[in-house]
Amino acid sequence: MGWFKRNKEGITTSTKDKKETPEGLWHKCPKCKVIVSVEDHEKNLWVCGNCEHHDRINAKEYFSILFDDGKFTELNPKMTSGDPLKFEDTKKYTERYAATVKRTGLNEALTSGYGKINDRDIVIACMNFNFIGGSMGSVVGEKIARAIDHCIKYDKPFLMISKSGGARMMEAAFSLMQMAKTSAKLALLGKKGLPYISMLTDPTTGGVTASFAMLGDINIAEPGALIGFAGPRVVKETIGKDLPEGFQTSEFVLEHGFLDFIVKRKNLKDKISQFLDMTMPVTETKTAVAK
Amino acid sequence: MDYLDFEKPIQDLEEQLQKTKDLEGETEVDMSKTIREIEKKIASTRKEIQQNLTPWQRVQLSRHPQRPYTLAYIEAITEGNFLELHGDRGVKDDKAMVGGWGMVDGQPIMFIGQQKGINTKMRQYRNFGMPNPEGYRKALRLMKMAEKFNRPIVTFIDTPGAFPGLEAEERGQGEAIAKNLYEMAMLKVPVICIIIGEGASGGALGIGIGDKVLMLENSWYSVISPENCSTILWRTWDYKEQAAAALKLTAEDMYKNKLIDGIIKEPLGGAHNNREEIFDRVKAEILKHIGTLQKIESDKLIEKRITKFSKMGYVKE
Ligand SMILES: [Zn+2]
Repeated sequence: MGWFKRNKEGITTSTKDKKETPEGLWHKCPKCKVIVSVEDHEKNLWVCGNCEHHDRINAKEYFSILFDDGKFTELNPKMTSGDPLKFEDTKKYTERYAATVKRTGLNEALTSGYGKINDRDIVIACMNFNFIGGSMGSVVGEKIARAIDHCIKYDKPFLMISKSGGARMMEAAFSLMQMAKTSAKLALLGKKGLPYISMLTDPTTGGVTASFAMLGDINIAEPGALIGFAGPRVVKETIGKDLPEGFQTSEFVLEHGFLDFIVKRKNLKDKISQFLDMTMPVTETKTAVAK
Repeated sequence: MDYLDFEKPIQDLEEQLQKTKDLEGETEVDMSKTIREIEKKIASTRKEIQQNLTPWQRVQLSRHPQRPYTLAYIEAITEGNFLELHGDRGVKDDKAMVGGWGMVDGQPIMFIGQQKGINTKMRQYRNFGMPNPEGYRKALRLMKMAEKFNRPIVTFIDTPGAFPGLEAEERGQGEAIAKNLYEMAMLKVPVICIIIGEGASGGALGIGIGDKVLMLENSWYSVISPENCSTILWRTWDYKEQAAAALKLTAEDMYKNKLIDGIIKEPLGGAHNNREEIFDRVKAEILKHIGTLQKIESDKLIEKRITKFSKMGYVKE
């Protein structure tokens, strides 16, 4: 473990580690601190083999887990924010945005696409927490709206994977209205009788919780995720005392009746398929197999 | 009357006016000319202040302690013909969210709105206009009742936000608001939403999906309060003025950005300065829009409502 001590500033994926450890990169579990190779970590779907801590992952990883053979067609890949308010705080929003695009290689805090899940058509939208905290601005709202439009047009089910700190302040009321837009679109999807699965991952708070994330035919979550409307710091300030243990975890939210079940990442794909088997029309291929 | 910091010149003039009037009474000397001059000066000063209000000053006006709140509007507009209804049928009656049937010129309307307290004791009782999940569920229950009896809905929005408490989280604050957005989008009857004071974030939007969304001239509507925005982005409260400007939260900006459908002008100095006038204007706006909206078939109404909100946003492709 000598190599680990030498790298105080972080041991996960910096190129420095790569040079110093010929075996490859290493991952240290943020919860139990057990160290595994990044390769093994990935093989275990970014879940700690020791304590089952589900690491935060983004659209790229979820899509590789869920879509058959990892294949999908991305929707609206080039859509970016237009800075409608010319927002500026200590920095210009456009500058923050450009820096984030450069750092993450992503165009926005949400990626959407369509493909197959166990041979069945599905549209998946997934938030990227590394893009301005997965915050919801016009692009996130519009991409969800278009993904739902695609579902309605082609009779496909919709899976939304949320991971967000909430609204994007730099788009102010434009951001707020994305809650209205996405919820209204979901109402249309519901009217058409198409299933909507909302999956909440760590963390899901604010305006995202108060709109599409809580509107699934089923709301499901990964273990141990932080899920709430107000953030824990704000709640703590409001009540003026420490929060009870486990407050706002997936398990807490399930217990209070706002989730249908908690699902481990390795079971996610099959659980979703199981739900779709119950709710989508029986397909020809499926019937053929049954015979 | 309470004066805001930027209203100091008016306060001085009002005091001067009172002194002059007192003097006239004591000395029995005719001071009517002076009095008229001061009154004129007050009016012109008010106008000048009004024309140069900053976004932050409008936020201050929206929170003016004498500003009329939801129940005051309902009482005035229905001339007391108001049947208040209570409870969400699940947990309790939320005092921060009020509602019920009101008759306006022979037209039955379902009124709903956040309610702030008019004094220290009542502010506590009304939880400062911050509803719990039960408030949003009570609002939805009343909206569904309006739909059942084919009556229009009017919501008054005035909240610093949905309550961020422990029990609110336990009972699903997020889900309660989300459900309202979803259900309001599909309501078969006309919905008019009027921001009369503070329109803070999801707590405001939770009763804010309407065919016509209107803002009073000195109200504000955004995703966060200027103070909290300042705290998060500048890491101190001191930049609330800048935050108020950056958020583009005034009625004028919201209208320019096509995020609301109209602005209701307030009396000079703000709604509190002439209650009867603002009540009359709000009533006239409500009746005007109901008249138009009731002619639209419900399918078309829903489609137009959803299309309107679907267009909100600004992206580059
Ligand atoms: Zn671990």
